[in-house]
Amino acid sequence: MGNLRSSRLVTVVAFALSAWRSRRGNLPLPRLLTVAVLLYAVIQLLSRTGILNGYFMIIINRSLVFVILAVSLNLINGIAGQFSLGHMGFAAVGAYVSGSITTLIFMYTSEQVASIGGNIVFVIAIIVGGLAAAVVGFLIGFPSLRLKGDYLAIVTLGFGEIIRTILNNISVVGGPRGLLGIPKFSNFTNIFVFTFLTIVALRNLVQSSYGRALLSIRENEMAAELAGVNTTRGKVMGFAIGAFFAGVAGGLLAHLLQIAHPTQYGFYASALVLIMVYAGGMGSLTGSIIAAFFLTFLTEALRVGIDQLRDRVGIPVGTEWTMVIYALLLILVMLFRTDGLMGMREAKLLVIDERKK
Amino acid sequence: MSVLLSIQGMSHYFGGLKAVSNFNFDVPEGVIYGLIGPNGSGKTTAFNLITGIYRPTEGRVFFQDREITGHKPFRIVHQGIARTFQNLRIFGNMTVLDNVRVARHFRVRSGLVSSLLRLPSFVREEREVRDEAMRLLDIMHLGGRAEEQAKNLPYGELRRLEIVRALATKPKLILLDEPAAGMNPKEVADLMELIKRVRDDFKVTVFLIEHHMKVVMGICERIKVIDFGETIAEGIPAEVGRDPKVLEAYLGRRGA
Repeated sequence: MGNLRSSRLVTVVAFALSAWRSRRGNLPLPRLLTVAVLLYAVIQLLSRTGILNGYFMIIINRSLVFVILAVSLNLINGIAGQFSLGHMGFAAVGAYVSGSITTLIFMYTSEQVASIGGNIVFVIAIIVGGLAAAVVGFLIGFPSLRLKGDYLAIVTLGFGEIIRTILNNISVVGGPRGLLGIPKFSNFTNIFVFTFLTIVALRNLVQSSYGRALLSIRENEMAAELAGVNTTRGKVMGFAIGAFFAGVAGGLLAHLLQIAHPTQYGFYASALVLIMVYAGGMGSLTGSIIAAFFLTFLTEALRVGIDQLRDRVGIPVGTEWTMVIYALLLILVMLFRTDGLMGMREAKLLVIDERKK
Repeated sequence: MSVLLSIQGMSHYFGGLKAVSNFNFDVPEGVIYGLIGPNGSGKTTAFNLITGIYRPTEGRVFFQDREITGHKPFRIVHQGIARTFQNLRIFGNMTVLDNVRVARHFRVRSGLVSSLLRLPSFVREEREVRDEAMRLLDIMHLGGRAEEQAKNLPYGELRRLEIVRALATKPKLILLDEPAAGMNPKEVADLMELIKRVRDDFKVTVFLIEHHMKVVMGICERIKVIDFGETIAEGIPAEVGRDPKVLEAYLGRRGA
């Protein structure tokens, strides 16, 4: 199979690159890229050889989407110190906008044209979805980011529900049935690339002058203002960037599941992303990445486990019990590891060494 | 000497409470100016009014002959007024270096996109900012602490860090809110040295609020004494120190 050969090729290239890198010392190829390529090659290889079956690949893809959601929420809640509860609202905007674009375009396109330009249209649609989410983030953020703490949480919670309700009532995008028939463009490769780019972009942002300005707002808003930081602009900017990446994640998810449904983007999902951020550590991208993977796999394990309990053992439980377990998990984190898994630390891989060069 | 900061008829009320009443004063360029007065006499309120945290109920504030009344705090910083706080406001979970670099953010020319992509121009500017911040820290003997979390620094160094952060905005005027508060005699002596250096080496006009009379009398070239929001004396330290109204406000009536 050609696919098998191409994935072997990727592995060989990755090993060659990493060997080259270690010989030349630190500079030529960034460590992060090397690790990402290796990771991609290993998973791709395991998938092609059938060790990771399709079911596992779906969960891995979901995990990657949740990595994007968690790190982007971390920018808003962890780095800038705001408290957004409606992150999935932005994902919904991205999902519906990008889903509508591709569905419409490919409805009227011949298969031949689609196979040539498909992926380009897909990438553009995803980015447009992200931009739409960013615009909504800006519109929500501008008036509401004067509010602090609980008040902002209430506004964003309300926003998430409003988006969901609106989508539920627009028949053009399917109303309560959801947007159906979205072409399946997302696959492990493009989700992996988007996730990687998101992590790199946010890492670059956090460890730049702009990121430090956002952190200073979290640390002490008045002191930040009197160090010359335009705190309102900083917060709105952080909010819009976080919303952009949430929109991208939503778009990827829609093209993976081939459906965008209002219930996917409700408070339940937003809370799950929130738990990922807190469990991983506020302000730590590394923590969010680990927690997103762990909790996505846990969600699936719990779903399967609860089904088994009900069907085989006969205990009358439903999947809503996963939320109970998450709540307990969050309480345990707050009790025994207040700062989350990573606190504010980052894995070395994600730290830019400024002294170099 | 030209007037750097001019305050004209400034008053401020919290509800019915008159915190500052009909303030008039000019801070000449290049001096170390002291504002003193008993607790609750409206000193910090005056600073908050100048830096835009509050908007004065009445009156106007001019900086370099431009009106800054009611401007947002960050805009006032951009004009060239920096300050420190009576109760330290340090970014505790950031490194000492990053505390200083935040104050350079508003001068950064690179856009958001070039920082997301780490374009060469952006990396170059980041390095400039870093070098500049390190130079400031070195001058203030905090260079060795640069990579430490700010919250782990001892109190005296945090006070110094706040001054460094304020200087990093490249101000023309720096407002110091009780810089000697909580310091031991050795630290106070060092601080006085430091404030003089800030003025001489950085060419920054210093306007400070202080309780510590040794500091005020030791370094201020002009002093204004207020009580209950009103001016009771003004002049050079030697005169003000002899003023009976000042002695009364601070020490109570003679013989009492």
